[in-house]
This record gives sequence, C-alpha cells and structure tokens, in this order.
Amino acid sequence: MAHNTLQKPVLTIRDLRLAFGDRRHPTPVLHGISMHIRPGEKVALVGESGSGKSVTARLAMGLLQDQKRVHVSGSIFFDGIDAARGGAEIARRRGNRVAMIFQDPTSALNPTFKIRGQFRDVLRSGDRSISNDEADRRAEAALAEVSIPDPKRALDSYAFQLSGGMNQRVMIAMALANRPQLLIADEPGTALDVTVQAQTLNLMHELTEKTGTSVLLISHNLGVVREFADRVYVIYRGRIVEHGTTAQLFNDPRHPYTRALLAAIPKISGGGLPDLPERSPEFENPLIVHEGCGEPTEAFA
Amino acid sequence: MTGNAPILELDRLGKVFSADGHSVAALDDVSLAFRRGECHAIVGESGSGKTTLANLVLGLIGATSGEIRFDGATLGRSRTREQKRAIQLVQQNPLSALNPRRSVGASIRLPLDVHDLGRRSERDARVASLLKEVGLEPEHARRSPRGLSGGQRQRIAIARALACEPELLVLDEPTSALDVLVQARVLQLLQRLRQERGLTYLFITHDLAVVRAIADRVSVFQKGRLVETGPVEAIFSDPKSAYTRELIGAIPVVTEAEAALRAAIRAGAPVPAGAE
Amino acid sequence: MSEPGSPVLASRTRSKAWTAYSADPLSVIGLVIVVAIVGLAIFAPFVTPYPDHVGPTGDFAAMNAAPSADFWFGTDVIGRDLFTRIIYGYRLSLIMAIVVLAIATPIGVIVGLVAGYKGGWTDYILMRITDVFLAVPPLVLAMAIMGFLEPTLLNGMLAITAMWWPWYARLIYNVTRAEAQEGYVLAAETVGASTAHILFREILPNCWPSILTKMTLDIGFVILMASSLSFLGLGVQPPTPDLGSMVADGAKYMPDAWWLTVFPAIAILLVVLGFNLVGDGLREAFEAES
Repeated sequence: MAHNTLQKPVLTIRDLRLAFGDRRHPTPVLHGISMHIRPGEKVALVGESGSGKSVTARLAMGLLQDQKRVHVSGSIFFDGIDAARGGAEIARRRGNRVAMIFQDPTSALNPTFKIRGQFRDVLRSGDRSISNDEADRRAEAALAEVSIPDPKRALDSYAFQLSGGMNQRVMIAMALANRPQLLIADEPGTALDVTVQAQTLNLMHELTEKTGTSVLLISHNLGVVREFADRVYVIYRGRIVEHGTTAQLFNDPRHPYTRALLAAIPKISGGGLPDLPERSPEFENPLIVHEGCGEPTEAFA
Repeated sequence: MTGNAPILELDRLGKVFSADGHSVAALDDVSLAFRRGECHAIVGESGSGKTTLANLVLGLIGATSGEIRFDGATLGRSRTREQKRAIQLVQQNPLSALNPRRSVGASIRLPLDVHDLGRRSERDARVASLLKEVGLEPEHARRSPRGLSGGQRQRIAIARALACEPELLVLDEPTSALDVLVQARVLQLLQRLRQERGLTYLFITHDLAVVRAIADRVSVFQKGRLVETGPVEAIFSDPKSAYTRELIGAIPVVTEAEAALRAAIRAGAPVPAGAE
Repeated sequence: MSEPGSPVLASRTRSKAWTAYSADPLSVIGLVIVVAIVGLAIFAPFVTPYPDHVGPTGDFAAMNAAPSADFWFGTDVIGRDLFTRIIYGYRLSLIMAIVVLAIATPIGVIVGLVAGYKGGWTDYILMRITDVFLAVPPLVLAMAIMGFLEPTLLNGMLAITAMWWPWYARLIYNVTRAEAQEGYVLAAETVGASTAHILFREILPNCWPSILTKMTLDIGFVILMASSLSFLGLGVQPPTPDLGSMVADGAKYMPDAWWLTVFPAIAILLVVLGFNLVGDGLREAFEAES
C-alpha cells in the first residue's frame, strides 16, 4: 500500500531518551530513539524484553512522563503537541486521537463494569455531549464491525464472561470507536491462541485500512510483524539498530542483531536449531537505515 | 535411540472436571505411547487438554477413567519414591519457578535432599556440576534468583529438574516466555541434555515451529481429544486432519519460502521431500 | 554452604535496604524515637534519678509537686518521681509487647500457613475459628477474657495474646494463598518435598516481610491495648508503674496537676508513633526490595 511520503507524519519521535531512578544515578533505558509514522501507515517496533519498546509506547501515550523518578528528554510530536512533556495536553487526546490496545485483553478491561459502560466512557471521551442511547447505538455498530455475533449481548456482558478472542475484538472496537489518528498496539494477541491471534491481526489490518488509522505495532514476534507492518524499526537495548520497509528488512537484513533474530526463529521447513550467540558485541553496531527510509527533518511545533 | 517398550503409556485416559453442576471433559479417551529417549511434542490451543495431561502424568490430579503406565507399572495418584524421582517438571514461567527467598543452589539441591541422594557433603558438588552442565557458573549457587534473566532462571529450573536423575521430563511450554535468541539457546541445551542423558521429553507447546525444530514425534490435541499423532516429518509434509492444517497455517513465518511452504501444507498439496 | 549471598552481595543489599528505608525522613525520626525509648528502658536503673520510686515507697513531702529541676516531670500523689516511673513504665510495656508477640505470632503464622496451603476442611475450620475472634472488637474481647481472670500483669498478657494471634493467622493465610500459586511451590511438590518443608522452608521465608512489618507496627498497638486495659483497672496493679494506669490515676487531678496525666499520655503517644513510623519504613523498604 503506497503512502504519500510527502504528508506530514502523524507521529514523530526525535532523539527520545529515558532514564529511571534518582537524579544522580539514573538507569538509562532509551538512548535517543527517532521514529516516524505517516498517515495510514503501519509501523512496527520490534525488540526483545528489555529493549525499551514497551516504554516507548507508553511515553507516546503520555503514561510514564508524569511519574516520579522518570527522566525524559527529546520529543514526541503528535497532533500539534509534544507528548514527551506529558501532562494535560496528551491526556486530553488519549482515547480519542490516540488509542492503545494491550497484550491481555481480558485483564485490560475493567472486570467490575459491563462492556456497555466502558464503551460509553470511551465514546464520551471523544464527544462529551453524546447521549446514552446514541453511545449504545454506536457501540453496537462498532462491535458489529469487528464481527461480534451478538453485539447487544456482548454489551450486557462482563469481560470475564467473554472469551479472550472476543475481548480482543471488543478492545479493538473501543480503541477505534473515536476514529483516532494513531493506534498503538502493544503485543496484541500474545496472550491468545495462535489461530485467534492470526484472526485478530487480520481484523486490525482490515479495520485500520478502512478508517485510515496509523498503527504503531509493538512486538517481539517477527512473523507477526512481517504480515502486518509496512515499515519496521528494530530496537536493541534502547537503540534503534535497523530501519527499513518490511520487504527490505526481511529480504535483506543487514544489522547483525536483526540477522540473529531472524536466524533464531525455528523454520517449518526443518533444519534443526541454529548455533547463535545470546549476546554479541556486534549487536551494538550502529544504526543501519535502508534506502528511502530516513527520518523526516522538517521542523515541528 | 529408542527402546522397545514404551516408557509412558496413556490407555484410554479421561479426566472430567465438575463444578456447579457442569461437567467438562478436559481429556477424553486418550491413548498414546511415548518411546524411551524420544522428544514427543504435545500440541494444542487453550482447552485442548494439554495442561491436564501434564498434571495427570505428574500425579497432581487423578484420572477419572483409563490408566497411565510408567515403565509398565500403573501410575496412580499416590506414587512410589522411584516413580516420583523418575518424572520431573520444567515449567513455563521461569520468574515464578524459583523461590526468590532461597539461593539458586538451595533450589537445585532440593531434589537431592528430598530423595536422599548421595552423601550430604557431596550434594553441593553435584549442584556445581549441574550448573556447569546447563551453561552457568558454579558461583551462581550462592546467588538469589533475583536479578537473573529469564534464560538464566530457566536453565536453573532445568538443572533442578535433572538433579535427581529423572527418566522422563515433562516440559510445559519451557521456552514460551523467553526471548527469541534465548529460546534458541535453551532449545539447543534441551536437545543436547536429552541426547547425553538418554532422557524422554513430553514437550508441551503451542508453537509448531518449535515442534519442527526439536521434536521426533508430535501429537495434536483439540478439546480434550487426540486429533493426530505421528513422526514430525510426516505430520508436516502431509497432515491428515484439518485442524492440524489450520494450526500450521497460523504459524508466523519470516521468509517467502516459509510462507509458500506453509500455504502448501495448509492447502494439503504434496510437499517435496527435504524442502529447505 | 549454599546459603544466600556472598559477603559482597550481602553488604550491597544491606545498604540498598537502608537507602530505601531512609528515603522517608519520617522513618528515620521513628527509628530515632524507638532507639531512644528502648535505650532508656534497657538502662532504666542508670538513667533514672529515683529508681527506688518504682517500688512501694513514698515521699509525702513532695506529693503532687509540679515539674521542677528535682523532678523533671513532677511527682505523683504519693510523691514518686513521674519521669522515673514513666521510663520504668516503658520497660514494662516493651517487655509485655515482646512476650505477647513472641507467643501470638507463631500461633497465628502456623494457623495461617496450614489453612492457606491445605485448603478444604482444614482451611474452613481454622479460618472460621479465626473469624470468630476477629469479629469481636479487640478491646471488648480483651475485657471479656479478663472478666474470667484475676486482674494481674500475667493475665493481662494472656488476654492480649489470645485476641492477637488471629490477626497474624488472617495475614499469613492471605500471603500463603497467593504464594501457593507460584511455580516454586509446584516445583517443590513435583520434586516430592514434604508439606512441612513446603510450609516452613518455601512459603514462610516469603512471609517474613509481612510478619516483620506487622510485628513492628504491633508493638505500639499492644502497648496501647495494655494501657487501655490497665486504664480500666484490668491489667497491671499498683505499685507497678504502667503508663495506662498513670493516665487513669492522674485524670482525677486534671487540670490542676496536669502533669500526672499529660506526661504518661505523651509517653504512650511517642512509643506508638515511633513504632508506627518504623513499621511504615520497613514496609517501604521491603517493597523497594522486590
């Protein structure tokens, strides 16, 4: 899917740095990340645990900056503001201009409220004046969009009454209900069965194509990334090490870390287990950017 | 590599759970034989019964119908010392599997103390050699598990499982919680240990790609029933059941060649031998 | 031996624990208060000006004297130095609290461990018994028990112990239920470890933070409970100096001889506050550790 590369990016992260702990001895987690997502694009941030991919997502939502002992520098340009500063600006946009879905759908939904109530809250965040009836109507339509067989019954249920797969669909429906500019998906479907996860990702793909929503996919699973994303950033220990389109990255992986990741995945065709190091100094090699994939240099607000 | 008599046999095994008037058949009429020295994968999604199967083999729960036989002898809920020693477990979650308030060495030593193996003075030396065998330093024995990575903890859990020289290891998604590179290393370790010690693995996983890489035979479960079983190459080149094809079709792949192969298997088209 | 930590590792965790504990200045203040009180209590015979005023003596010349250079906190109705009696009162209270907790805690912990791990009927019976004790307001329960016993120091301690253990049972029951789900318990079970091993060598070590924190907080509360009982005349009897009794006795002379009530009351407040702050600090330190 070709995207207009001249369009202003929906999200621009520039030299983002993050450290935890007290001022004198902070523990650095991100060492200057730069990324961007254009309208309608699906961009993946791939890394293992401890790489910093999840905290990047949370910073983009403004969920980390305001906590104690968190030190952030750099910028996250979104919807005319710098989300890296945290505060009310990004908080206002959460749920309506930028939405997030999580790894375990059942635990991400509030167990003490029915789906109906949670949907109303989400829709209200996009339009304060919406009536209960109008909200319910839109909720039903949203649930039908994600192929939930009996939307009315689903709305009257609690999260624990629905299956994991259904809850994932509910979460996607809620996230896209206000037609956000950006959807951040943090390891979606990892807690679900493989077949359900595949369906979920297809659904996300279809819907975001339809609504023109950009997606930031956080994942450790390269197979999932290959089937979903347009462009990929590989992150290792707080640094982006390779950046390219999906085709470029998977057909011609250049960074030693990316190549190790790809080689480590067991193949259906057989061939047993490869001999790979868990760590190597080569993984710290500098960033490799594939052709046509630089970061935008335009100035922002 | 495999002996004649099966080391573990499931004979029309069934397990029904009842709560509040509902009954669920977690396992239904399962008959399966495990050969000595093989790595036998048990594959299924949630609700397939694979966890129930593991719990039955480990003796954590009792069967409602049918029988389990280990080395020819019936395996009930109450077991002999020998039977307990011979079947050990490696769990999915390495963070939870080690007691944070006991040293690594104390955790590995536990089976030796429980089964009174070797002289007490020699047990620490055993712990040190086990740590080396799983690729860790003997110094780790004095440390607490806190601050150790998932991969390191899983290696320690494996060392603990091997401490009392078991014959059968039940591995319940042993690498699912690990990073990709770490998973590859731990799978290699498991492969090597099995070959060196002549162990039999009951390897539970949802990841068919892992099955392809490490298992000799595979059994596919769905909703408590055994759907298909056989050598790994056969199941992958010509899966008989639609469910198996569906599972294979859902494996995430990373190359065009893999994607083509997956599509072919999914469609039931014949696959050329030795496809690489 | 394969026991926790090399020396280097141990000292690093110790200083990390102190950093976490001292992060809150209130915790440090609490520690200072506690150390001061305990110090005074231990060295009571040496730091008090009139150690013999603890016993059956009187100095009727100096009765109800206001605080002065001779008698820092004044004297009571039979001329005994209040400061001395308060320090000895601390001594008594601390000993009481330690003895009560030394008995109540093991009982409660064992009940909680067994009920939490075993489940089923054992759980049901043990926890219902616990619930019965917990349902009655603490002071009322202590008073009820004292109703059957003669009012002496020992009986007072017995009563408090009897109503105190269920709190530990409930706490440890909850911790045990959570820990029993953890992988290391399953591992010990499949290895074939005995129930005793699992309860005392696997689960109990994970209960220590909760136990120690609660015991520290409880010292203050046991002292408060004991003071309440003796205020009501149900605990310690004269001439043994007890803070609660002193508050009760002095109440009659308010507001003229205000020092008779105010100083013992402040003393109670200080010891409860001190141990509370230390307990809170311990909780923070344990949370930071995990």
